Amino acid sequence: MIEVGLTHFLVISAALFSFGIYGVVTRKNAVMVLMGVELILNAANINFVAFARYGNFGLNGQIMALFIIILAAAEAAIALAIVLNIYKTFAHVNIDEIDNLKE
Amino acid sequence: MNVYDIIFYLFAAITLASGFLVVTVKNIVHSAFYLLFTLFGIAGIYVLLGADFIAIVQLLVYVGGILILLLFGVMLTNKITDVDIKTGTLHIVPAVIGVGIFWGAITSILTSTHWKSLPAENIEPTTAQIGTLLITDYVLVFELLGILLLIALIGAATIARRDNK
Repeated sequence: MIEVGLTHFLVISAALFSFGIYGVVTRKNAVMVLMGVELILNAANINFVAFARYGNFGLNGQIMALFIIILAAAEAAIALAIVLNIYKTFAHVNIDEIDNLKE
Repeated sequence: MNVYDIIFYLFAAITLASGFLVVTVKNIVHSAFYLLFTLFGIAGIYVLLGADFIAIVQLLVYVGGILILLLFGVMLTNKITDVDIKTGTLHIVPAVIGVGIFWGAITSILTSTHWKSLPAENIEPTTAQIGTLLITDYVLVFELLGILLLIALIGAATIARRDNK
């Protein structure tokens, strides 16, 4: 096998991104869709950190990854609050059956 | 093949295998626990990339925070009496075709591109430098993210506790 370099990390991140999209597209449960989004955000983060290591940009890429982690935390909190409201209204969280914003 | 490569392939295998299981396993609770292994593997990859602080933040925020939040979401939005919490799937075949084409295209582009990589000679601790950058170059973003987190906290509490009258 060849020596591990930038391409290896980018290929892993591309595969994780694809898994995330697959999860978002195929799952019915809203919480599962959130997990897919987390996978996508982590794939983007790996790209940022990999380019920070191999691109000679200093630590700017790592700081972007830090900000993305913070935004993911905020996003998860808000999205789960919305999911709880959906459950209160419809008694399920299957996003393919939710077709109106109000009762 | 040195130790670095072996550790890299180990973490890559953990990350990709559990990442695949996250999106394919039927039981949501199992998915959440596979996500735990994915996030651990990604933290290991960060360490291999010389980002020690990001790896610790990944463990603290993702594994300690977001994953617990997701597990609470799973538990609160399913009937407790259901022993196995299943989730339905839809559009499997078009999703596999579309994602497969996307993944193949991206991977072939990534592997055929010649990257001009200039890796730093040695890996140093990054925490002090990140701290300095956060209060110099990125101080505005840092403060804005603090305000954003406050807004998200208040907003989440407000949305989740709204009475349906």
